[in-house]
Amino acid sequence: MNRFRSLLGGLLGWEFSLIILVGAALLIGGLLSPDFLTGSNISFLTANFSEVALMALAMTLLIIVGEIDLSVASILGLCSAVIGILFAAGVPMPLAILAAFVTGGLAGLFNGLLVTRLGLPSLAVTIGTLALYRGLAYVLLGDRAIAEFPAFYTNLGFGNVPGTLIPLPMALFAVLAILTIIVLHATPFGRSLYAIGANQIAARFAGLQVERVKLSLFVLSGLMAALASAVYTFRFASARADNASGFELSVIAAVLLGGVSIFGGRGSVVGTVAAVFLIGIINGALTILDVSNEILTIVTGLLLIGSVLVPNLLTHFRTYQQRRRIKGDSVIQ
Amino acid sequence: MTERSVPASAPASPGWLSRLLMAREVSLVGLLLLVTLGTAVINPLFLSFGSVRDLLLNVSIIALLVVGQTLVLLMKHVDLSVSSTVGLSAFLTGSLFVANPGMPVPLALLFGLGLGAVLGSVNGLLVAYGKVPALVATLGTLYVFRGITYAVVSGGQINASNLPPSFLGFGTGSVLGVPNLVLLAVAVLIGFAFYLRSYRGGREYYAVGSNSEAAVLAGINVTRRTMTGFVLSGAIAGLAGVLYLARFGTVDATAGAGLELQVIAAAVVGGVSINGGVGTLLGAGLGALLLGVMGSALVTLRAPGFYQQAIQGALLLAAISIDMLVSRRAAKRLQEERKS
Repeated sequence: MNRFRSLLGGLLGWEFSLIILVGAALLIGGLLSPDFLTGSNISFLTANFSEVALMALAMTLLIIVGEIDLSVASILGLCSAVIGILFAAGVPMPLAILAAFVTGGLAGLFNGLLVTRLGLPSLAVTIGTLALYRGLAYVLLGDRAIAEFPAFYTNLGFGNVPGTLIPLPMALFAVLAILTIIVLHATPFGRSLYAIGANQIAARFAGLQVERVKLSLFVLSGLMAALASAVYTFRFASARADNASGFELSVIAAVLLGGVSIFGGRGSVVGTVAAVFLIGIINGALTILDVSNEILTIVTGLLLIGSVLVPNLLTHFRTYQQRRRIKGDSVIQ
Repeated sequence: MTERSVPASAPASPGWLSRLLMAREVSLVGLLLLVTLGTAVINPLFLSFGSVRDLLLNVSIIALLVVGQTLVLLMKHVDLSVSSTVGLSAFLTGSLFVANPGMPVPLALLFGLGLGAVLGSVNGLLVAYGKVPALVATLGTLYVFRGITYAVVSGGQINASNLPPSFLGFGTGSVLGVPNLVLLAVAVLIGFAFYLRSYRGGREYYAVGSNSEAAVLAGINVTRRTMTGFVLSGAIAGLAGVLYLARFGTVDATAGAGLELQVIAAAVVGGVSINGGVGTLLGAGLGALLLGVMGSALVTLRAPGFYQQAIQGALLLAAISIDMLVSRRAAKRLQEERKS
């Protein structure tokens, strides 16, 4: 009961507002265009942000422990190149996908080792590996594009769950999101992430293996990027070195908009999921309304800033009022 | 361990030579010489007038941006929005020239500075007064400024053929063989390096980044200093946008995209700490130069263009890793000295 209440209390905060906003965006989109609230359109537009959504799950956990991974989109590109080059060399597809996962895991491990063993700031490390991994993707593939994957695999990318309009990548995302929610909010491991993010030194004194936890999260982030690379490669039926470049900022924007604090220790997966949907749906609505893409860029930026600025201003206003009331009282006395 | 023992003889303070050798700038210069001479031995054309000129022109825009970024990094903040500011400034300046071909060049530079200062003040207000973390605020304005650029450009682009000859002449011109753009970048770099080293205002950037609470107690107006830093970073990025237009002539809505990471990389390679309070502009400028030289050496050595990005990334990682190992060893030595 207690856990239920705290879960509800958490939901009634920022996450709840986001969910309301998602509903509002759907409604406004539907009012403005009759083509918007059709099953096939919603299906199409949710498929469109599945890679960002997948990577945002691992990023949520990383930012909660106070780290960040700017290299995710580059890992995606590298893994996509690995799939492409191996497939072109005649390696069976399952093995190529496996190799992509190994690559993603190793890339994440390398990030994690630099951060946890050398004590380097993750922002600097992953700016470096952002260039390194994308560069390696170019070394592997150059400016070639490898296409013509077997239909079975491309169907995995842009097909739907049989009998429904739910895109397969989104079904995968739903399963992983639920798993992440359970792990983060209802297991000792998940709770330890908040402890580490809130105060790393206190967490270490409390016996938490801070370094090992962080390392595992970096590996997870790499693996998620590998998974997203398979989705991306098959959805567009194309393996290119520049696949998904620039996605790292969309992923981080979604996580921060979802209410995860950049300083760590605060946030929830529900918030991230709602934010991913909000950005994706506004994007889809603007596209169908023929509003140019630039407005979306501006809206994403404003939402991101607003998500931190508005609560800050509210707190400021409240303390200001309190102070005035106290001053007023002392004058009366 | 009951009381701190006083060392019998004070440890000899390191002489000027070893201090010189320890300085980040010296190892950067050494590395620069190594790469330059090594490449020149294999292909003498590397040191030809034209290729050096090209290299310096390319570096000048990054070097300029590094100045603003360093001011912000010193205060333990970051400015990701500079690339979008460059794009917007380049395009708007270009449009101004298309509308009034007779506009004098200094006015264009002033326009870039002013526009950049306005955009920078948005970041400053958000970070200094709104208490929004710099990473979030400037990631947001990176999107917003770029979006505004897309909206203004709406599919068009500025071509060199639309720009007045006076401006194109400024872009290609030089004084005593040194290109104008390089002179401008070097002047800004030296001016700010001097300011950071020897002026009260400059030292305040270090104080804020080292310990902002202590800075407040020391009577520094941290809020105003933060605001100033972001305004300066924006203004310099706006100026860099005008240079970008002068250098490339052709500008579309994506101008400058992705520069922010190169700029941060240059600053970090140059020894500016991402944790604030540490670094010099001389080092940061050398970092920009080193990255530029590495890039151009790779082209000269006929390394496939595809290797460049990977090597730049590896270089950045090596720089920060070595830095960390060196400072760790220094800390350990200090501890041992205290113990004995």
